[in-house]
Amino acid sequence: MRTLVIAEHVAGQLTAGTWSAITAAIELGAETDLLVTGGADAPAVAEQAALTLGLHRILFAQGTIFEKALAENVQPLITSLVADRYTHVVADASSMGRNVLPRVAASLDVGMLSDVIRVVSADTFQRPIYAGNAIATVQSLDPIKLLTVRASAFAQASSQHNRCEVIAVDSGQSASNTRFVSEQLTVSERPDLSSARVVVSGGRGMQSKESFALIERVADKLGGAVGASRAAVDAGFAPNDLQVGQTGKIVAPDLYIAAGISGAIQHLAGMSGSKVIVAINQDAEAPIAQVADYMLVADLFEALPELETAL
Amino acid sequence: MKVLVAVKRAIDPNVKVRVKADGSDVELNGVKMALNPFCEIAVEEAIRLKEKGLASEVVVVSVGSSAAQEQLRTALALGADRALLVETSAVLEPLNVAKYLSKVIDNEKPQLILFGKQAIDQENNQVGQMVAQLIGSGQATYASSISYIEDQWVVEREVDGGSQTLALSVPAVVTCDLRLNEPRYASLPNIMKAKKKPLEVVAADTLGAGVKEHVRLLGVAPPAVRKAGIKVGSVSELVDKLKNVAGVI
Repeated sequence: MRTLVIAEHVAGQLTAGTWSAITAAIELGAETDLLVTGGADAPAVAEQAALTLGLHRILFAQGTIFEKALAENVQPLITSLVADRYTHVVADASSMGRNVLPRVAASLDVGMLSDVIRVVSADTFQRPIYAGNAIATVQSLDPIKLLTVRASAFAQASSQHNRCEVIAVDSGQSASNTRFVSEQLTVSERPDLSSARVVVSGGRGMQSKESFALIERVADKLGGAVGASRAAVDAGFAPNDLQVGQTGKIVAPDLYIAAGISGAIQHLAGMSGSKVIVAINQDAEAPIAQVADYMLVADLFEALPELETAL
Repeated sequence: MKVLVAVKRAIDPNVKVRVKADGSDVELNGVKMALNPFCEIAVEEAIRLKEKGLASEVVVVSVGSSAAQEQLRTALALGADRALLVETSAVLEPLNVAKYLSKVIDNEKPQLILFGKQAIDQENNQVGQMVAQLIGSGQATYASSISYIEDQWVVEREVDGGSQTLALSVPAVVTCDLRLNEPRYASLPNIMKAKKKPLEVVAADTLGAGVKEHVRLLGVAPPAVRKAGIKVGSVSELVDKLKNVAGVI
C-alpha cells in the first residue's frame, strides 16, 4: 500500500485543503507521498511540504504547463506516477481536485469516491449524498482507490522539522486540446467562503442589497466570509458565488451566523455541518431554529449593528 | 453544429429524502422525480446556442431506467430536437455512465457535449470529466459562460477564488454551473409537441462499453442529529455564549 496526495498551492503556500487531504491520507495507514506541480514556485512549495509530519516523499514536477493546473496537463503525469506504484490517490475536494481526479480515474479504468468525510478502512469510506441528508458507506472494489476529501471533515496536518526526501519527476507535455486564456481572481480581504472559519450569511430578511453591508461588517469583525441564501441571491441582494446550499457552496465553518434566513432544505444542506450555528430571525418558528445552537429572536436591523459593536 | 446534452433523472430538489428503515439506501419509491437542476441548465444552454444559430441540432441523452423517458420528454419540451435513452436497470456508476455516453458520442459525433456539473442525488461531480478523458477531448467544468470564437469553444469557469477562461478545440466537454443561465419553463403547446419528437431507446449492453462494478454501497444512514439549541434573549447574551460556552470567537 502507498498513497499519493495531490497538492494544491496558492501564492507559494499549500492550501488549507491540501493539509486536510494529507491528514486523510495518513489515516489510510500507508506510506504517504505528496505530488507538487507548478511553475517556478513548485520547488519552494515542495520544500515547505517536506517538513510535514508523516509524509515519506515529496515528488515535484516543475513546468509552465502546470501553472494553471489544467486537468488535461496534470492527468498524464498523475496517471503515469500512480499506475503500478500507488494504491490510493487523495486530493482535496476543491474545484481543482474535482476537476482533475475523475479524468485520472477514467484513464486508469477505476471508479472514484467524491467528497469523502470519513475513512473507515483502506477500502471503505463515508460520503454525504442527497445534499447531506444521508451518509453513504461505500466500498471501493478497484485496485487503485481515488478519493477527494471534504477538507472540513479532517484536521490539518502539522509540520515538524524532520525533512523528508524531495524528488523531481518528469514534467510531461502540454495538451493540445485546451488552452488557458485568462483568469479573474476575486480580490477580497475576506477568507474564501468554502474554507472560512466563520461565515455570516444573509437571507431574504435582509430586504435589500444595501443592507448586506450589515452582514459584511459583522463578518469583518469576526474575520469571516459572507454567504447568502438562494432567496437573497435570486432577489439580487448578493452575487451568486456567495450562495450557500445544495446548489451553491457547502460550508462547515466553526461558526455560521444565519441572519434573516428561514432555513429551507436547500440552504440547510449547505451549512448544517457547521460546528456552531447562530440564527437571528424575527420568526421564532422558522425551520432554522431546528438546527441553530443559539437562536436570537430579534429584528436583524437592530441586532446586527449591535452585534458588530459588541464584538 | 451538433450539441449533445447528457441529462439525469434525479430526485426533485424540493423533496426531503428519507433513509430506508433497513439502512440499505434512501427511499425513492413514490418520491417525486425531476430533471436534475444542473442538467436543466445544460439543456437551456444548448437551446440558447441553437437560438443564436450556433447549434443546428440539440440531442439529449440519458442513461438509466425506462422511467427516464419522462425527463427526456421534458428536455424535448424545452426545445431539444431528439432524445436517446441508453436503458439499463444497473446502478448508475459514473465511470459506467461515462463509458456508455462515450459510445453514444462516437456514433453521434457532436461538436459540443454539455453536462450538469453534478447530479443532486449522488453528488459525484465526475461524469463529464470522465467522458472528456475517454473521448480524448478538452474539458471546461463549472461553466458560467460559453461562447464560440475562431473555431474554439471559449468557456469561463468558476473556480475557487474567482474565475478562469479556457479555449477548447472541437469537440469539447463542458459541465454547467448554476450561474450559466436561468432555465425556461416548458409551455403547454411545447409539451404537446414534444410527444411527437423522436425518442430512441437503446439497450445499454448493445453498446459494447465493457462496464464493471467499481464501488459497492454498503449502507446509508441519516446524518447525525444536532443537539437542540437554546434561545438567547439579547445580543450580549449571544456574544457571551459564543465566547465562553462555544468558544468560537
